[in-house]
Amino acid sequence: MRLTEGHTGARVLAFGGYQPARVVTNDELSQSVDTNDEWIRSRVGIASRRIAGPDESVADMSVQAGGKALAGSGLSPDDIDLVIVATCTPEVQIPNTAATVAKRLGITAPGAYDLNAACAGFCYALANASDAVRAGTARNVLVIGAEKLSQWVDWTDRATCIIFADGAGAAVVGPVAEETEAPGIGPVFWGSDGGLADKIYIKDRNSYIFQEGQAVFRWATTALAPIAKQACELAGVDPTELAAFVPHQANLRIVEAIARKLGAPQAIVADDIVNAGNTSSASIPLALSRMIERGDVQSGQHALLVGFGAGMCYAAQVITVP
Amino acid sequence: MAMTEQEILEGLGEIVDEVAGVPADQVSPEKTFVDDLDIDSLSMVEIAVAAQDKFGVEIPDDQLKDLKTVQDVIDYVRRAEVTA
Repeated sequence: MRLTEGHTGARVLAFGGYQPARVVTNDELSQSVDTNDEWIRSRVGIASRRIAGPDESVADMSVQAGGKALAGSGLSPDDIDLVIVATCTPEVQIPNTAATVAKRLGITAPGAYDLNAACAGFCYALANASDAVRAGTARNVLVIGAEKLSQWVDWTDRATCIIFADGAGAAVVGPVAEETEAPGIGPVFWGSDGGLADKIYIKDRNSYIFQEGQAVFRWATTALAPIAKQACELAGVDPTELAAFVPHQANLRIVEAIARKLGAPQAIVADDIVNAGNTSSASIPLALSRMIERGDVQSGQHALLVGFGAGMCYAAQVITVP
Repeated sequence: MAMTEQEILEGLGEIVDEVAGVPADQVSPEKTFVDDLDIDSLSMVEIAVAAQDKFGVEIPDDQLKDLKTVQDVIDYVRRAEVTA
């Protein structure tokens, strides 16, 4: 049997992000639930979040973010032959989001699938994309993380409605120039702990998202720093060499606690949650695309991504900033 | 070898300083975490996690809510050390 010819490494060519227009402030939330701006800022670090319009779908947001990443990559839709959408909030189960998003972006007949690893989804999808390019089963891959969590939130539950939000982020992944260029996506360190599956869940299609905040906080502040260090170890990049640390934007307190333990004094720590809320699988590419736009990080520098969420699924890898 | 109260207090002071930015010398036995030291429930979880690393004593969430003062934590750690 013949096998595909692969590549020595993969890299991210470009990122893109999209946020819905509607801004929901803490003050607005405090009019409908018993909370206040000071409490939300101090406990989760969020000042405002974006919420999609009633007719704005996960696919719509995916098309926006994916289109930007594609434009930034300099590739044409014909160059893409695999589309992965990481999401846990698609409006419909059948068909998947990826195939329709690909069609709307003018990408003809790519491999297309949705991936659910909750808030770790983007890092899982990025690992899949990197492996597909390296194995030669795809030339270039469009990876999207997109969520409309607002439709799964009980807007009278102050434990969750202050946290979750909507948005999308995307990356185009392609091969590095043979032999001459270092890989731009390091090995993924991933795993899960199904024993904690009852800490974040949506019971059924008529239910809302439930989170046992304190238990998740304890797990995140205990388990994730070693996971982050493992990803650095696998890539052969010392944390002190990182220019950016971009963990899933779950809660600013979690982000800061992991950053403290990571030992990466040069790294800018992503704090996109302040004005984006927790957008699950969208949060990492959304944060990173904005950091690149603002010039917080430069092309060629190393960034550590750490996705984590329900399941508890986690995945971390070092990448080179495009 | 069990730690003395003073050793636990000093260790706890370092933890509280690192987690919540409260100077270690303010961490005295009679202080309450919430009212005196202005430490919220999430920081208490971080303190419990750090205490586990430092003292080898696990403080589960359901026990944590009963630990109101610095002395409560010292007593908890010492009791756990004896039964361990």
